[in-house]
Amino acid sequence: MSAVGLEATRAARLDSRRARARAVLGQLVRSASFDVGAIIVVFWVVDAIFWHVMVPQDPQALNPLAALQGPTAAHWFGTDWLGRDVFSRTLAGATSVLEIAPLATLLGIAGGTIVGLVTGYYGGAVDALVMRLVDAFLAFPLVIIAVLVLALLGTSEITVIVLIGVIFTPVVSRTVRSVVLVERDKEYVASARLRGEGDWYIMTAEILPNVTTPIIVESTVRLGYAIFTAATLSFLSLGIQQPSPDWGLTISLGRQYLQIAPWIVLFPAIALATLVVAVNLVADSVQQVMAR
Amino acid sequence: MLSYLSKRLLLALVTLVLVSFIVFLASDVLPGDVGRTILGNFATQAQVHALDVKLGLDHPLLDRYWIWVSHFVRGDWGTSYTLQVPVFGLVMRHFLNSLILGAFALVLIVPVSIAFGVLAATHHDRPIDKAISVTGMSMLALPEFVTGIVVLVLFSIVVHWFPVSSSVPVFSLPSIVRNLFLPALPEMVLIFGYVSRMARAGTVEALNAGYTRTAVLKGLPRHRIMLRHVLRNSLLPTITVVAVQAGYLVGSLIVVETIFNYPGIGNLIYTAATNHDQPVLQAAVFLVALVYTVTNLMADMLYAVFNPRVRLAS
Repeated sequence: MSAVGLEATRAARLDSRRARARAVLGQLVRSASFDVGAIIVVFWVVDAIFWHVMVPQDPQALNPLAALQGPTAAHWFGTDWLGRDVFSRTLAGATSVLEIAPLATLLGIAGGTIVGLVTGYYGGAVDALVMRLVDAFLAFPLVIIAVLVLALLGTSEITVIVLIGVIFTPVVSRTVRSVVLVERDKEYVASARLRGEGDWYIMTAEILPNVTTPIIVESTVRLGYAIFTAATLSFLSLGIQQPSPDWGLTISLGRQYLQIAPWIVLFPAIALATLVVAVNLVADSVQQVMAR
Repeated sequence: MLSYLSKRLLLALVTLVLVSFIVFLASDVLPGDVGRTILGNFATQAQVHALDVKLGLDHPLLDRYWIWVSHFVRGDWGTSYTLQVPVFGLVMRHFLNSLILGAFALVLIVPVSIAFGVLAATHHDRPIDKAISVTGMSMLALPEFVTGIVVLVLFSIVVHWFPVSSSVPVFSLPSIVRNLFLPALPEMVLIFGYVSRMARAGTVEALNAGYTRTAVLKGLPRHRIMLRHVLRNSLLPTITVVAVQAGYLVGSLIVVETIFNYPGIGNLIYTAATNHDQPVLQAAVFLVALVYTVTNLMADMLYAVFNPRVRLAS
């Protein structure tokens, strides 16, 4: 094929990909569950970035005289055991989880994509070995690995991000590998090989663009799990530490006041519930639209 | 069939060996100075060293792995660092408690979940299906500690029906319900999400399959088509999920058992991890992975037994 012809097919391929992306976006916007989920997610993302200007009071301001008060006009969601404003803390509490979860997801997706591309493309002994390792790794419930590592290593925001990313890598790699296995036997890969392209070029420039759909679907699903895991680790006091207004941590600490001041844990719990359900609504719609 | 099963069995064995190695590495390398952790900051270096020798920590890594595995297989799981009791009995007792809790949740919720999943599938894309699907998805997405807290506020604080902290029931129905119902609820929420979704997906697929259309065109009665043609095929994936879920439930047990203070394996793993109780941690985590691998294996085998295509393909 001449160089001009190659450019033309490449441009055509890019055009058809853009058209498809536009079609997918259109379908998504028309899906009610996507819209509801996306609005809630956008709300929490905006809140996570701009909570400084949204909170009525400083979320860290102590006021022991006003401790454990129920919801009033001054404190919409009541106050906690140190007299801090629960409404302000609930708004400020979105930041930590929305920092950790996307970064961890990105890390897991990147790692899993590389492992999946390499094992799927080369196959053979390396593939068999890596997949057995993945099997062995997946035999542990994710939270148990996290508890094990964090309790023994100690915790920090970076450790939590890296850990969740590493835990996700085998899961993602399995998904990516299964689609790469299908793609690698197609004609365009054979023709790239005949043109004399290197393995790395074929993997990244030829196969990767054709497996983006399952990777995008996997990312949205993983993001939900990442929020879930990060919050659970905070709840087990193995994640974000005090005095952060993080939701999981607040629920863990506020538990002992459950009988006298349930609002301390109830509002962060509701906030977290809306976020995870919203992310899953989005993930579910993306999965349905893209699978078509 | 036999070759498929033996191949699958062999794979599971390889996985188990790797699993045991991962557990050993994680719990052996990560804690750092074990002698120091046990004796605390005031012990002399000589005392710490003597304890390390006594615990066999001065041997090379592979030797220690071999010693651990060969003892583990014989049921000699060592002594807990913090509780000073044999690990085998400790872990088994907690494991049994979790099993009771898990079985209670599964027995109550699996039939309900399958019923709702099939109901959603037979009303595919209608409001009732949308409602069931979104509810199931939300239940799946919620962290156990959120559902656990809500359940606790509702049933122990708003209405005083159940105790805030649960113990293992004695063998009578009121005791079982009283102690297990609350901690089982967050588990049930989770299982409902998974199982109803799988049952729905499987049933939708079977309803659209060619063999179902043939049965309809043959004029077979509807209940017969549902039982013999649809459900028989659609519930296969559900069985697999229920089995795999049984292993994964253990992960969620960490949170649930901590909230309700229930003496199960999740609670044990959490305390052992925070106390750096290495023998307990190794044994408990390996047991969990073992259970997961075995349930997974059984799910695959059941699948093969029920599905002639899997059985004959190999």
